[in-house]
Amino acid sequence: MAPVLEVSGLKTHFFTRAGTVKSVDGVSFRVDRGEVLGLVGESGSGKSVTGFSVMGLIDPPGKIVEGSIKLNGKELVGLDEEGFRKVRGREVAMIFQDPMMTLNPVLRVDTQMIEAVTAHDKVSHKAARERARDALAKVGIPSPEERLNAYPHQFSGGMRQRVAIAIALLHRPPLIICDEPTTALDVTIQSQILAEMQSLCADTGTALVWITHDLGVVAGLADRIAVMYAGRIVETGAVDPVLDSPLHPYTNGLLGSLPAEGEPGAPLRQIRGSTPSLARLPQGCAFAARCDYAQADCLASAPDVTPFPGERGVRCHHPLNLAGVAA
Amino acid sequence: MSDAALPSAAAQPPAAPAKEETPFRRFVRSFVEDRLALFGLALFILIVLLAIAAPLIAPQNPYDLASVDVMDSRQPPGSVSGEGFTMWLGSDGVGRDLLSGILYGLRISLMVGAFSGILAASIGAAIGLIAAYAGGRTENAIMRLVDLQLSLPSVLVALILVAGLGKGVDKIIIALVMVQWAYYARTVRGSALVERRKEYVEAAQSLGLSHARTVFRHILPNCLAPVIVIVTVQTAHAISLEATLSFLGVGLPQTEPSLGVLIANGFQYMLSGSYWISVFPGFALLMTIVSINLVGDRLRDVLNPRLEK
Repeated sequence: MAPVLEVSGLKTHFFTRAGTVKSVDGVSFRVDRGEVLGLVGESGSGKSVTGFSVMGLIDPPGKIVEGSIKLNGKELVGLDEEGFRKVRGREVAMIFQDPMMTLNPVLRVDTQMIEAVTAHDKVSHKAARERARDALAKVGIPSPEERLNAYPHQFSGGMRQRVAIAIALLHRPPLIICDEPTTALDVTIQSQILAEMQSLCADTGTALVWITHDLGVVAGLADRIAVMYAGRIVETGAVDPVLDSPLHPYTNGLLGSLPAEGEPGAPLRQIRGSTPSLARLPQGCAFAARCDYAQADCLASAPDVTPFPGERGVRCHHPLNLAGVAA
Repeated sequence: MSDAALPSAAAQPPAAPAKEETPFRRFVRSFVEDRLALFGLALFILIVLLAIAAPLIAPQNPYDLASVDVMDSRQPPGSVSGEGFTMWLGSDGVGRDLLSGILYGLRISLMVGAFSGILAASIGAAIGLIAAYAGGRTENAIMRLVDLQLSLPSVLVALILVAGLGKGVDKIIIALVMVQWAYYARTVRGSALVERRKEYVEAAQSLGLSHARTVFRHILPNCLAPVIVIVTVQTAHAISLEATLSFLGVGLPQTEPSLGVLIANGFQYMLSGSYWISVFPGFALLMTIVSINLVGDRLRDVLNPRLEK
């Protein structure tokens, strides 16, 4: 089956005065139809920039310098502004982190939704409004007809994120990029939204790229996972094997720092040090300085991807839990 | 202090969804809280109504030179004209009834102010938005032009423009727009720069909206609050600038007297005791500008979220 999204060797660099920041430096992954890919990493690992690259929303001084992004077989890198505009919203949509910020505060919800419909389809105002109402109903907003006339500030945070999801679903895009859409919501709303997204995507066959730093969310939602560190994917594979027996020390460290894993009262574990500056990456493995298992060759050369059975891959000279993979 | 504030703050959120208060209604409610502004608004509406109804209520048509009698010139307030009506505010140097002159003059002054205000706001806001959204060289070029425009005294620029364009209401409006667009451009650019970085703009782009739609549909409405305030200030400014130009003799022709022309006409009789020819049109001008400024001040307070209590 042809993948919905195929990213290969993507490099998105930012040319700042302080030097070239390699936010995304050779990222490859693919997403199949109806599949949920969890893109995990800490702040500054390049996961959001990867998402924005797919949307063609990289503003100067940022630039995609290399690689290819194929959406339904169509190459997006090098597409002109108008070409990208036609793709955005119709073939790939995006849901953002903060629902307080992503809806225009001075426009009524119906205005914003009708705009989104007519950006791609030449339909009457009335038809567009009906589609907007149906979309609101689909994401579980009660009395959608009245809510269409409301302003964003009249919605709660969770409801606003539902509106944002409804807007993303308007054109039934085969792929939606979700940039931490539940991070700003409280936990009960978060699980509601997650369940909603899961069933919506199952119904429509929509694939998701779920960008998050929350491994708990990924464990419950994603089919596959890609762990990013310093602009590269350091480990990828199906969710359960990766979380059960991580190969990369960084994945291991992320799992270890989940508060749920620790004993009450015991100091929480953390990954020592902080992410390296993306403008001055070390010559060897970017994680070596923070890694408990680093050896001499880790500092000397950057590891390539080592493939493992079951479409797993890891960027490490000395992967952990090898016994778990063999078994 | 704080316990007085707490209950009201706690009571507000549940009340809001029940009433479904639109931003516009909330704006009106908060505007009328200030009595002085309400007075200003009432005064302004009265002045506008008087100006609109001028042909119906003015005793004389000052544009109709046949109805003007030179024998009536420089009559003090309360005199009776040759045609038999009482000239409550006296008459000017050519025998025009001043009350009629002021009513018709208000029409011209308000029209000039309104047209130049709306045109300058539209043109200036569009230019400011384009500057903020385009960035780079376009923005630099536009903003340096704005700086240049604002560094010159507006009377001087308007004077030169009118001298070049010639007399007439349309020429005056063009000159005023040329003088005032830069204020709007600078303000709108400032707000648009802030708005442009907000996530909803990115969200709009991610929906595949075109640049034009993103700018005029999403960014512009969020930049309107300061524009509305400047419209009031600059409209008042335009009216007084028009009066200044007319006073200096480059504005409107004698046959279509605006307030400025009336004031200028009376100026030469000031020292010979006929004070009313300048003072009454001057008072009308003052009232117009004060009423607009009162409204503008209140708008600024209401539309500025930082001043909200």
